[in-house]
Amino acid sequence: MKIADKTTSAVSLVKEALEKAKKYENKNIFVFLNEENALKRAKEIDEKIARGEEVGRLAGVPYALKDNFLSKEGRTTASAHILEPFEAPINSTTVKKLENEGAIMIGRANLDAFAHGSSTENSYFGPTKNAKDDERVAGGSSGGSAVSVALDIVQFATGTDTGGSIRQPASFNGIYGFKPTYGTISRYGVVAMASSTDCIGFFTKSTEDMDLLMEICSGQDENDLTTLPDYYIKSEVKKVQKIGIIKDFDNEKVAPEIRNALKNKVELLKSKGYEIVDLEMPALKYALAVYYIVVPAEVASNLSRYDGIRYGFRSEEAKNLDEIFAKSRGEGFMSENKRRIMIGNFVLSSGFYDAYYLKAQKARTKIIEEYNNAFSKVDFILTPVSPNPAFKLGEKVNDPVSMYLEDVMSVPINLAGVPSLTVPAGKTEEGLPLGLQLVGPRRSDKTLLSFANELKEESDV
Amino acid sequence: MKITREEILHLAKLSNFKLEENEIESLGSDLENIIGYISQLNELDTEGVEPTYQVFEMENVWREDEIKKQEATREELLALTSESVQDQIKVPKVL
Repeated sequence: MKIADKTTSAVSLVKEALEKAKKYENKNIFVFLNEENALKRAKEIDEKIARGEEVGRLAGVPYALKDNFLSKEGRTTASAHILEPFEAPINSTTVKKLENEGAIMIGRANLDAFAHGSSTENSYFGPTKNAKDDERVAGGSSGGSAVSVALDIVQFATGTDTGGSIRQPASFNGIYGFKPTYGTISRYGVVAMASSTDCIGFFTKSTEDMDLLMEICSGQDENDLTTLPDYYIKSEVKKVQKIGIIKDFDNEKVAPEIRNALKNKVELLKSKGYEIVDLEMPALKYALAVYYIVVPAEVASNLSRYDGIRYGFRSEEAKNLDEIFAKSRGEGFMSENKRRIMIGNFVLSSGFYDAYYLKAQKARTKIIEEYNNAFSKVDFILTPVSPNPAFKLGEKVNDPVSMYLEDVMSVPINLAGVPSLTVPAGKTEEGLPLGLQLVGPRRSDKTLLSFANELKEESDV
Repeated sequence: MKITREEILHLAKLSNFKLEENEIESLGSDLENIIGYISQLNELDTEGVEPTYQVFEMENVWREDEIKKQEATREELLALTSESVQDQIKVPKVL
């Protein structure tokens, strides 16, 4: 992390970031640029440095904030029409912790509305383009965040990962993206999607930067009762010997470049003396079906709060109270939001509850058991993140099931609540970035970030 | 599984949003495809398996039943609504 000090001013770091953000305007990365406030904060930090005062571990470091984190600077829209006018009266815990260390938010990054999507094409503000190719998607839902780091506009960006929303865009843009163990970082002040799988994490260009952000942002929070007692800062890096490979994930539905990237990394690990273990995890085949039952059910519940009354968009067409709800929600949600809410209400409705929702929660137990079993044999698991590199804009957006299949290898991790890091793993012949994910048992986050350096090669980026 | 127009309208009602005519058709076929996909879960044997609803490993967190000071003020919260009168949120007549 390049922090401000006596030789590099915070103002120069922030100005440079803002200039780059403007240079890449065509990529549609930011939904808001925080110019005035960012420069004001940078000046304050420079003054503190001049006076020799304490400025924090992220002093003057510009960052991008995914637009579903509440912050008092600019509006928090979650890239959704229904939240377009929303000016948050509080800062999320993550924003508070980052800013206590001197980090400066230079802009709010685009996402699929309410983080519903795998390409950032479901944003009310239009899609973000891939860092390497304007005709391809950024991935999603944290597309803006990933591209802002990949193009070196900012040194890090925040993300949320409910089913792959950090890891898949990280792999599509050739950077690190980390989804920690469920409950490691407070979700307080982040727009809720699916509370049992939502995780806060980051995008960076190195595992060392990721570790620093984890040191700063992890920890129990009385405002989020699902946060785990502090463990990250107390963790010690453990010795790693065995790496698992999931045989079922090596099939013809996975692009040859990705299968090759996996093969290359396996060879690298073997050459370094690590033992490779083949794993059978047959229940993972059903993880996507489980995910698209459990998550829509939680989405239907979490998104019922948008009523057009207390905050957010209110339809001007509405003449009575019922119409305020129905029309504000009808006009304010994107199609994908509606699909997920309706599927959620379908699987929860009487007559279907046992066959879908309860069944899925039982299957979730089986998935968790398979991970427990796997981690009794290996230290970490190495798998692809998605079945393909970044696809073309428009290619999948009208076919929800094919878009959902993007998540087939990323969602099992969220259902089990285990940590997973996307690591860069070379490029396709066309120069599109490839990534793989390293998955660990619960609370192995610190060792996982450290071990990821063993996979690093010069040809990765 | 075939989803009828009535079922789509029923789900929209449960979801509390109004659908435009063109949405009813496209959402219908999308939902059919999605439900078709998730129905493959029937193949998996879950006999005798306990469901898992959360993965944060905790039973309960107790605290005193007291009102905590909120960060956001009444004025800030009321400023978020489209219409407010005398410190209250205004909506059209209900009765």
